Amino acid sequence: MAGAAHRDERAAHRRSALGRVRGLGSAKEGVQHWWMQRLTAIALVPLLVWFVASILAHIGADHANLQLWIGSPVVFALMLAMIGAGFWHMALGLQVVIEDYVRSEALKLGLIVFVQFAALALALAAATALLVIAFGG
Amino acid sequence: MAELTLPRNSRVRPGKTYAAPAGAKRVRPFKIYRWDPDGDGNPRLDTYEVDLDACGPMVLDALIKIKNETDATLTFRRSCREGVCGSCAMNIDGTNTLACTKYIDEVKGDVKIYPLPHMPVVKDLVPDLTRAYAQYALIEPWLKTETPAPGRERPQSPEERARLDGLWECILCFCCTTACPSYWWSGERYLGPAILLQAYRWLADSRDEHAGERLDALEDPFRLYRCHTIMNCTKTCPKGLNPARAIAEIKKLMVARR
Ligand code: SF4
Ligand code: SF4
Ligand code: FES
Repeated sequence: MAGAAHRDERAAHRRSALGRVRGLGSAKEGVQHWWMQRLTAIALVPLLVWFVASILAHIGADHANLQLWIGSPVVFALMLAMIGAGFWHMALGLQVVIEDYVRSEALKLGLIVFVQFAALALALAAATALLVIAFGG
Repeated sequence: MAELTLPRNSRVRPGKTYAAPAGAKRVRPFKIYRWDPDGDGNPRLDTYEVDLDACGPMVLDALIKIKNETDATLTFRRSCREGVCGSCAMNIDGTNTLACTKYIDEVKGDVKIYPLPHMPVVKDLVPDLTRAYAQYALIEPWLKTETPAPGRERPQSPEERARLDGLWECILCFCCTTACPSYWWSGERYLGPAILLQAYRWLADSRDEHAGERLDALEDPFRLYRCHTIMNCTKTCPKGLNPARAIAEIKKLMVARR
């Protein structure tokens, strides 16, 4: 931004610079979001390695075998953990991208709410699908 | 929304060319951003041909020579001419740095000089740093204590003092802050690397007794957590400091106090 555009903007704002940067104060949050983003990322590394390796190992397996495998308690729990961590991580990451690039407060809020509901819906759909595959006969 | 193009009245147009004196052997063109707040025109890029045989080695030497000998209207800030005041920060050859410590020889071809990026321009190479200074005031950059002042100084062990190394050297030139994409997009709320490094300078000070309040003021999705560890700040700092590390230390303190 330079020149005349800035001059016009300055004329429109007479509030002090300090008043503007202090604004409404700090939100006193953010550490939880940041920490969960790190934790879900750390959890996803071994989970995804395990998932890809297992799928490769099951290439060619028949449906009954696969069902037996997914239905075993440890595998089922790990799958659920991967679904939870994955969609949670996605929602946290997309929120940051939206905050970075969307200026309008209303649009920003709308998009963040949408992303969070969408992530929840997708996680539920994935978990339900897993349940059906494992125990749906 | 992030601004990816300049507004129409901020687009830079080609400007005048000032030829080197006849007989000059080592001529180097300096292409310099010009904008005059008193005129109505767009910014322009003027070309000054400088005879390097009659000029000091630094980019600032060339700017001073141009101002003294060719065009007195060229406007820029400088004071110490030795990298300690932070006044002469500008974008030289695509990188934010200090004109007084940047050798002309380090630049290949035309020397392109613009003001620090994404700040309002006061005139030519002078950016408006009002907001950045207000953000500095926001972090209350002074020692805050409850313990009554002792008779003389507040003692510090050599180890405690060493924790301020890499922080106290910051000259607040804002090369880092104006190189940070997060500051470009969210500078009205994100404090940026220079100010966060300064904030950590007080958090790291063993004599300061207000770490909790300082962290309270920083814990915010925008003030602190807009830093995505892009590292432009550390790459560009002309004093060789590491603002990205200071920011990471603040984030660690946020977790440590939970
Ligand atoms: S950290 Fe470096 S680039 Fe940033 S303001 Fe301080 S001296 Fe300048
Ligand atoms: S590390 Fe943080 S402060 Fe430095 S350039 Fe990247 S986002 Fe900006
Ligand atoms: S003139 Fe002081 S830092 Fe360049």
